[in-house]
Amino acid sequence: KPPEQLELTETELKEEITRTLTANNPHAPQNIVRYSFKERSYKPALVVDQMAVHFVMEGNLVYQDSNEARRLEANLTVCFPQVTPVEDGAEAEKAGEEYRPDSAASKADKKEPKVTKNQFNFSERASQTLNNPLRKLPTEPPQRCTFSANANQWEIYDAYVEELQKQEKNKEKQKTIQLKKDGDKKKKKMMLTETQNDDINKVGKVAKIIERMLHQNTFDDIAQDFKYFEDASDEFRGQQGTILPLWKFHYDKTKKLSVTALCWNKKYPDLFSVGLGSYNFTKQGRGMLVFYSLKNSAFPEYIYPTSSSVLCLDIHEQRSYLVAVGFYDGCVAVYNLKREGQEPVYKSTAKTGKHTDPVWQVCWHNDDMDNNHNFYSVSSDAFSSLLACGTSMDFHKQIDYLFLVGTEEGKIHKCSKTYSRQYLETYAAHSMPVDTVKWNHFHPNVFISCSSDWTVKIWDHTINTPMFTFDLKAAVGDVAWAPYSSTVFAAVTTDGTVHVFDLNINKYEPLCQQAVVAKHRLTHIEFNPIHPIIIVGDDRGYVTSYKLSPNLRKKQMKGQEQPKGPEVEVVKMEKLLSLLREPEQNTV
Amino acid sequence: MAGTGEGKKEEADYKRMNSFPLIRHTDMPEEMRVETMELCVTACEKFATNNESAAKMIKESMDKKFGSSWHVVIGEGFGFEVTHEVKNLLYMFFGGSLAVCVWKCS
Repeated sequence: KPPEQLELTETELKEEITRTLTANNPHAPQNIVRYSFKERSYKPALVVDQMAVHFVMEGNLVYQDSNEARRLEANLTVCFPQVTPVEDGAEAEKAGEEYRPDSAASKADKKEPKVTKNQFNFSERASQTLNNPLRKLPTEPPQRCTFSANANQWEIYDAYVEELQKQEKNKEKQKTIQLKKDGDKKKKKMMLTETQNDDINKVGKVAKIIERMLHQNTFDDIAQDFKYFEDASDEFRGQQGTILPLWKFHYDKTKKLSVTALCWNKKYPDLFSVGLGSYNFTKQGRGMLVFYSLKNSAFPEYIYPTSSSVLCLDIHEQRSYLVAVGFYDGCVAVYNLKREGQEPVYKSTAKTGKHTDPVWQVCWHNDDMDNNHNFYSVSSDAFSSLLACGTSMDFHKQIDYLFLVGTEEGKIHKCSKTYSRQYLETYAAHSMPVDTVKWNHFHPNVFISCSSDWTVKIWDHTINTPMFTFDLKAAVGDVAWAPYSSTVFAAVTTDGTVHVFDLNINKYEPLCQQAVVAKHRLTHIEFNPIHPIIIVGDDRGYVTSYKLSPNLRKKQMKGQEQPKGPEVEVVKMEKLLSLLREPEQNTV
Repeated sequence: MAGTGEGKKEEADYKRMNSFPLIRHTDMPEEMRVETMELCVTACEKFATNNESAAKMIKESMDKKFGSSWHVVIGEGFGFEVTHEVKNLLYMFFGGSLAVCVWKCS
């Protein structure tokens, strides 16, 4: 404790004394009195200046916008108009200062409003870098396209092999064509067409196979039926049988045409041909020749449009690619299925002796001695100078020269190739035109005929009267013998019914009478040579196939043995006929 | 064993016999095509063991002759998809097992 310190008591020490800080100057007098002359007395000054000035310095800055600065500036430019280097400027300023004694402006003061540049040690250089001129783009860039491929060893190998094959072909062609006159031109043509055809053909074959596979898949149930289905209910039906519908064959462009002819191909049992045209004599237009395969019912295998209705056709037995066709306009034509193109190989014209009336039947015959293909045609025009006009015909299976002709009047003539002017025999068969005559496949004496007079008649050609007559209650369009039995035949009528008979089982009634199409006439029927199916054509251009139920296919009566061979068939038929003949003989 | 060995030899011989240059796809004009094909054959024969050098040679020559930005691929097994300027593509086989693809695209 210093000695001068004030001594306070405890209470005085604890006493709190408040001090407030104000902006008042503590040194400023608070009791200034001034004499007021007005009131002749001393008055305290109410307001005392509280400002305490601690430091004063007079500066030399002049506000540039003030009048003084402007004046200074103006004077400077008047005296010294150029912006001169610093040293000169400094002198000028000094000179200028003398004129204005009141100013306290200094050098620094004057420099600031004016930006002066020293030419000696201050140089300004401006420059701009070189901008590359914008390249003018051409209006269109070169076209681009993409290409992709795979380079493998096998691709390379294949390409080489192909190339070699082509080269070999070329060499061969060159050798063969050299002999011909216009060899060069042909070579080029062949090359071109071959390359095109190769590609298309490769795809074509494969596409065809795939089409058939698809067809089989789509119509799988029908294919199964065709192969395996045997109607078990036949056992309970006694002797009756049924026909099971299988594929339907239809081509768009044949809608307005009737089926006028059907023929199975002997070599390929799944191929059959359909001739299309019109039986309506007033409305005759174009026709068509169409080939279907059982393997593809959706689209024909071959299509040949013709200018006139096709009325009949026949496929050659050995050379199954040759098809003979008879037309409504009297022409006959031969088509070669192997050739490309839709024109017939041969067509008879007015010059070559075509018929003047519709050709109702064509029939291939054996090659003659010169190995020419022969076929016969039957037409409504005067048949071998006799008055009768033929509507159907059939060659005998074994006896070469013998054939039958059915006429418009209803008669059937038995004729021989050697006698072109005479009939061997005439049968008064029907009252209306004979639509079909067919020899039996097995028995040499028997033939069948059908007519629009509603009857089907079976004949022995040695006897003038029919052996069997069947009345089918509607005009019969076509009749056909079964290829597997001498006693089975089928007929179609215009009321859309198929009748199947087996004389061995029932001599008077059909085993199967099935209405197949409503409101349309059935025009033709044919048995398949191998499979137990029949095809039926109608007047709408449809062809339907049916499978024969087991009852219809019997070769023998139940319980008997099954010997094979055509002789058996002959024997069977003979038995039947002898039953009929005996009463006749007895009566005679 | 001997049989397969002989078989291989036959294959190799076959390849050598049929090792003519076979153009698989091109849209070049006739002259350009012939020149390019010959150039490729020369390069491949010269650098039979080194595809890269062969390709380098082809590319540089093509750049000089026909303009910049050619691309060359040589190999025995590859797949590709390229964009090329129209009329500037050549795809060929050579030597029975080599495939060469030359195209221009700047």
